[in-house]
Amino acid sequence: MPDAAYEQGFRAAILDPTAETPAGLTSAFGGMPRKRFDVYRNNVTVSLTTALADIFPAVSRIVGEERFADLARLFVRAHPPESPLLFRYGENFAAFIEAFAPAATMPYLADVARLEHAWLTAYHAADAAPLAPEMLSAIPPEELPHAKFETHPATVLIRSQYAAVSIFNANREERERQRINAGIPENGLVTRPELAVRLTAVTGGDATFLHALMSGNTLAEAAEAAVVADTAFDLSAAIGLVLTSGAFVAVHVES
Amino acid sequence: MNHHVSTVNAAQRFPRFAIEGLSGASFKPEHFEAIANDGEFDGFLEVHAENYMGDGGPPHRQLAAMRGRFPLSLHGVCMSIGGQGELDSDHLARFAALVRRYEPTLVSEHLAWSTHDDVFLNDLLPLPYTSETLARVTTHIDQVQEAIGRPLLLENPSTYLLFEESTFSETDFLDEVTERTGCGLLLDVNNVFVSATNHGTSALDYLAQFPLEKVGEIHLAGHAEQDDGEGHVLLIDSHDGPVADPVWKLYEIVIGQCGPIPTLVEWDNDVPGWPVLKSEAAAARAIMNRHAGTFMLGRRHA
Repeated sequence: MPDAAYEQGFRAAILDPTAETPAGLTSAFGGMPRKRFDVYRNNVTVSLTTALADIFPAVSRIVGEERFADLARLFVRAHPPESPLLFRYGENFAAFIEAFAPAATMPYLADVARLEHAWLTAYHAADAAPLAPEMLSAIPPEELPHAKFETHPATVLIRSQYAAVSIFNANREERERQRINAGIPENGLVTRPELAVRLTAVTGGDATFLHALMSGNTLAEAAEAAVVADTAFDLSAAIGLVLTSGAFVAVHVES
Repeated sequence: MNHHVSTVNAAQRFPRFAIEGLSGASFKPEHFEAIANDGEFDGFLEVHAENYMGDGGPPHRQLAAMRGRFPLSLHGVCMSIGGQGELDSDHLARFAALVRRYEPTLVSEHLAWSTHDDVFLNDLLPLPYTSETLARVTTHIDQVQEAIGRPLLLENPSTYLLFEESTFSETDFLDEVTERTGCGLLLDVNNVFVSATNHGTSALDYLAQFPLEKVGEIHLAGHAEQDDGEGHVLLIDSHDGPVADPVWKLYEIVIGQCGPIPTLVEWDNDVPGWPVLKSEAAAARAIMNRHAGTFMLGRRHA
């Protein structure tokens, strides 16, 4: 076996249970029992599917542990991690679920996965003090329309056509099952103003408003977009949400 | 707290704790409250470096709190030191940043690989022991030690198979690595027992060949038993249960030979409550204490 072929051999066979055991391996008892290589196969696949189950507990609970393990195994084989930081793994798991035909009966599942990934991202995000109300009140009223906001590193906004937030909340921990109308659109705002990750359901208008601010638009531009999206949009309530959610760290007016 | 605290250097953020003769346990976030409220535990804690490579949040808050009270061992599991490719420079930078930030008493990694062509396989995969792999491992350890500015402890692996091309025994390979790089060793006694059983060799012979004078830390852990489908026992380094009796016996032989060495009990799957981990650590400490009298004038080298 040429030098370093051992890695290619492992890489080619380790995620594929139908592959031959790589060449060049042996045991002290002669021959190369498949079960010895399968220990590594099993370690890799089980550790990665377990990592996914830890990152996506609500998805796992919704589909059931066994079906989740099957789904996770397919995902791991198609998309093994590219980074040793497993808390970043599964960024494209939601898209994988969306394209996975057997999951089509649960169209909300991908957005629940998006919320779970956002939750973990927020958990590990950099610490930053959320925007203090005084910072906003220090801006002269006539300049307020031009104010721009700086997003907190933990903030993620997930907009869904389904009741993703209610479904997340009902399945994230062991709780009694409840009926949820999955067809009601919900938007989830994930923040971590201090140490605890928060998930807040926000209306369509608020989501448009927050999204516009997070994209670097001014307060006036964000409010306009929100009114177009939702005629019931309430600006003062939305500004309250900006302050209480911890979604932003700073506000400034460009001169 | 019984730790001997020396003066805190102005540049240091954390107290400098002595770790000699101490035992410890893996730190699991679910044990944070229990450990924080534990007035008795006076051992050390070990964390997997990769779990603290996020930017912020509860992991760092917890680790800083634990580091303020206990000596810390920083244990890397993903550096892929045994890999054929170059070390991941981002990963190395993150690892070095953790060493600077938390000032751990012990820093370790594995004789194994896990990354190939940017695919991370999340296991400690084996490598053949040849002059080519020796040269690469040596280069990689030099790079790690350069980045962290201190010696690394390299851990012996659990293995389930052998490579036809190997020309070194594992102990000769490790000895050569320490000679070339100046690194120390992390002796995982469970891995010694697991590998010896899996390869039909004697764990005691392995230990007799092992450069014990280079050992800066010992690991103990539980393993699981299977068979290889052809009538041979196959032990799995599962870290999911208490330390097995034969591993305790080997450990006592090593301590009897070398004197106290900081010893950590690993438990990573089916993790029990903190009192169970604490009592496993206490069992290791009791063995060290039993032999401590023999080594009052310092450690006896093998």
